[in-house]
Amino acid sequence: MTAIELTQVFKTYEAGLATPYTAVDGVSLTVPGQRLTVLKGPSGSGKTTLLTLLGCMARPTSGRIHLHGVPAGILPALNQGDTLEVTSLPERFLTAVRRRNFGFVFQHFNLIRGVSVLENVCLPTYPTGEDPRVVEGRAEALLKDLGLGRHLRASVDRLSGGEAQRVAIARALISDPPVIVADEPTAHLDSHLSEGFMELLGHFKTLGKTVIVASHDPIVCHGALVDRVIELRDGRVVEGA
Amino acid sequence: MRPPLQRLRNILDFALASLSRRKGRNLSLLGVYTLVVFILASLIFFVQALKGEARALLAQAPDMVVQRMVAGRHDPIDLGRAQAIEEMRGVSGVRPRLWGYYYDPIYGGNLTVMAVEDAELPNDALWVGQGVARNLRVKQGDMITLRAYDGLPMLFTVQKVLSDASELISADLVLMSQSNVRALFAMREGTATDLAVDVGNARELPTIAAKIVERFPDARPILKSEILRTYEAVFDWRGGLMVVVLASAILSFVIFAWDKATGLSAEERREIGILKSIGWESGDILLLKTWEGAVVSLTAFLAGTLLAYVHVFFFSASLFDHALRGWSILFPRYRLAPSVDAYQLVILFVLTVLPYTVATLVPSWRAAMVDPDTAMRS
Amino acid sequence: MIQHPGILALLLASALVGLLLAGAAALGLRILQGWDLRSGSEKQLALERRTYLVSSLVATALGVQMLSLFLFIFTADDLQGQFVGAMCAAGSLAVHAFGYPTLLLKLATSLLAGLWLVLHRTDLQGYDYPLIRAKYGLLLLLAPLALVEAWLQFRYFSGLKADVMTSCCGALFGQGRQGIAAGLAGLPPRVAQPLFWSLLGALTLMGCAWLRWRRGAWLFSLLSLGYFIAALVSLVSFFGLYIYALPTHHCPFCLLHREHGFVGYVLYGALLGGVVAGMGVGAVAPFQNRASLNQALPRMQARWVIASLGLAWLFALIVGLWAWLSPLKL
Repeated sequence: MTAIELTQVFKTYEAGLATPYTAVDGVSLTVPGQRLTVLKGPSGSGKTTLLTLLGCMARPTSGRIHLHGVPAGILPALNQGDTLEVTSLPERFLTAVRRRNFGFVFQHFNLIRGVSVLENVCLPTYPTGEDPRVVEGRAEALLKDLGLGRHLRASVDRLSGGEAQRVAIARALISDPPVIVADEPTAHLDSHLSEGFMELLGHFKTLGKTVIVASHDPIVCHGALVDRVIELRDGRVVEGA
Repeated sequence: MRPPLQRLRNILDFALASLSRRKGRNLSLLGVYTLVVFILASLIFFVQALKGEARALLAQAPDMVVQRMVAGRHDPIDLGRAQAIEEMRGVSGVRPRLWGYYYDPIYGGNLTVMAVEDAELPNDALWVGQGVARNLRVKQGDMITLRAYDGLPMLFTVQKVLSDASELISADLVLMSQSNVRALFAMREGTATDLAVDVGNARELPTIAAKIVERFPDARPILKSEILRTYEAVFDWRGGLMVVVLASAILSFVIFAWDKATGLSAEERREIGILKSIGWESGDILLLKTWEGAVVSLTAFLAGTLLAYVHVFFFSASLFDHALRGWSILFPRYRLAPSVDAYQLVILFVLTVLPYTVATLVPSWRAAMVDPDTAMRS
Repeated sequence: MIQHPGILALLLASALVGLLLAGAAALGLRILQGWDLRSGSEKQLALERRTYLVSSLVATALGVQMLSLFLFIFTADDLQGQFVGAMCAAGSLAVHAFGYPTLLLKLATSLLAGLWLVLHRTDLQGYDYPLIRAKYGLLLLLAPLALVEAWLQFRYFSGLKADVMTSCCGALFGQGRQGIAAGLAGLPPRVAQPLFWSLLGALTLMGCAWLRWRRGAWLFSLLSLGYFIAALVSLVSFFGLYIYALPTHHCPFCLLHREHGFVGYVLYGALLGGVVAGMGVGAVAPFQNRASLNQALPRMQARWVIASLGLAWLFALIVGLWAWLSPLKL
């Protein structure tokens, strides 16, 4: 299980701005392992920035982020279940940590156009030097589980919104990460598909994964499977930390 | 395959795929790149081939030739001097040579007419080089009329067309007997155009040359190595000059390439953002960009070099023939002997691929620095 | 000044190397000044991104410099026809005083750039930029050297005039003459030969000792540099003679020619690769106790020790066999 602990985390943007803008303003919170946590708040409340910090995609300006219970082998001298402090890791290592620990599902799915479904799912593993045949096998199995077995070789340009999201989910799962991060996953789905997505998240939880979702969609925030809702406003936690 | 190697391959695969997805944009770059390589390669191959021809031309030439200078101009030399030179220590032989240029008004070019002592060459016949045979449209057994110094015609039979490995050598060559050469050019008996001096030990050449000048102050000894050196210097100089002239072409190509590399399309920026968000690291993107650059460079380099090879050695560098050769009015139609070595290719590589690579370094880096979280903010 | 495509290519290459390394050093200086890994400020993030640019600048510069090293020798070789008495690159380089210094400086900058990449590679293994100061310090040394080299090379080529009387390599490296080059040839085989073989022996012993006890990395690097120099001296002093089968041809450049099966590329490649790997072992030794490196570093050092020894032996075997089989007996 992987839990994430934030201590007094700030993220300030200043380049090219007249006055520095603080998107995340002194947040301290713990995201429990193997639970479904929702970050709730209006747009501009700092949800997405917080997600990028939690997900090791960006480094905070100050503060500390600890990952508890990481898998072994990410850094030398790190054993199974150790705690890792990620805030001062160089990009290379931060990316390695992210690749092993986090799967992202983006609001706009972020698939690469003109590339097949299968290749889109395999893309995250290219830099790891894993054997492409092994990865493809895994990708096919994932896509079949998600009901996309017919579209393996199709270009992603031809998919519907729901299908594209399922490709994005398969891509997030390709390295079997212990944490799934989703940013406004239901923004482009109808209610029916949104319910289906929530069920899928519940399924991940039963597989022992930690799930973090940023959303202001009531279907997400009030879902029966949600363990915890953290509400943000102006970059601060107002409830649930 | 080990993971680090597999990583290289995976990213190369992706680079190839993404190049082919942006064909239009990359083809224009490739076209200009290939053109630049082609022009420079043609030039370098051509200069190299001419140096080779000059070397072949001089291979049979004597180590030293002694001329006589009168009022700063070349004048026939007395055969008596041949005797005196032959008696010098270190000289193994002296051969008087009789030759001159004959301007052919019909063809409009110069022929080199040379005397040859050969029992097989009768007095009313001559041998011609392949270039001459082609330009004068004669073949073995045909008759040729040459006009002597006083305007009187002299009639000859073409007995043989000379074949030679290098056409340039025999291109403008006409061989005839000694008495005919004297009659054609009105050269006195007892003189020669110049003297070919053979020396036993090549190291003594400068010493012997000095001795000759000391004995005959109006003599001018010319060493084969000097001629060769002069040819090489002249060819290199011309080649270098052309490279300088072409520098502006290379520069504008580099600016073009830099511009192409800097002007990242929105689509490409989006792709890089996605790749970074799904676990590619800046180093991986840099590798991707490096692969793309390498593929483009290699393709352009190979294509340009091959085209230039065909241009120079099959079409005799028809594009800059006139600018570079031009030491005689006679332009024999000939094929250059192919001579390309690794050295020429390295020069070409440094002059073309290197500027491209350096020009795209910073743009590639900039592209790789797209924030991974841009993918979440679009 | 002789206008020759090769010379123009070399001037361009050196100008680019100077530019790349000067740019890298300027970036390096700013990185050194503003570095604070604990901070996540945008300034620090920007500096960390610049490290990528610096490494690609130096890597490109190294590639160009290696190319330029061979191009330089080749151009000198090609130009020999234009100097009376010059019979190979050795003669062209001796035309005036800037020839050999340029070559030596090119060699030195190539080695240092190689060493820089070794440091860089080590640095990438640690999650806290353990070698950042050493790396950029070396860069500050490397950049001026490259600029001096570009300038010397320009002086050399601009001072060349065809037909200058020069000595051929036979005379230049002939015995009984003064000067550095002659000094190499003058080192008699009975001194050079034991020196070479004993350094090879010492290097091998030290390498094995390091692999066994992980001690003495510095000494290994020193021996590796010593072996490199001894190998070059021996090549000029006697190994070359066996390869040419001529008792007086003390020339290090003709080995690159086709007549000798391009053996020079293998020999010089082995020497350059060997000395960079060998010096790398010692250069990273001060960092072997860093927590971020103490796992990866010994493995990498072991690989370099083995590579360095393997290349040293490859060189020794080739020249040794050649000497043994050569009809020439000194």
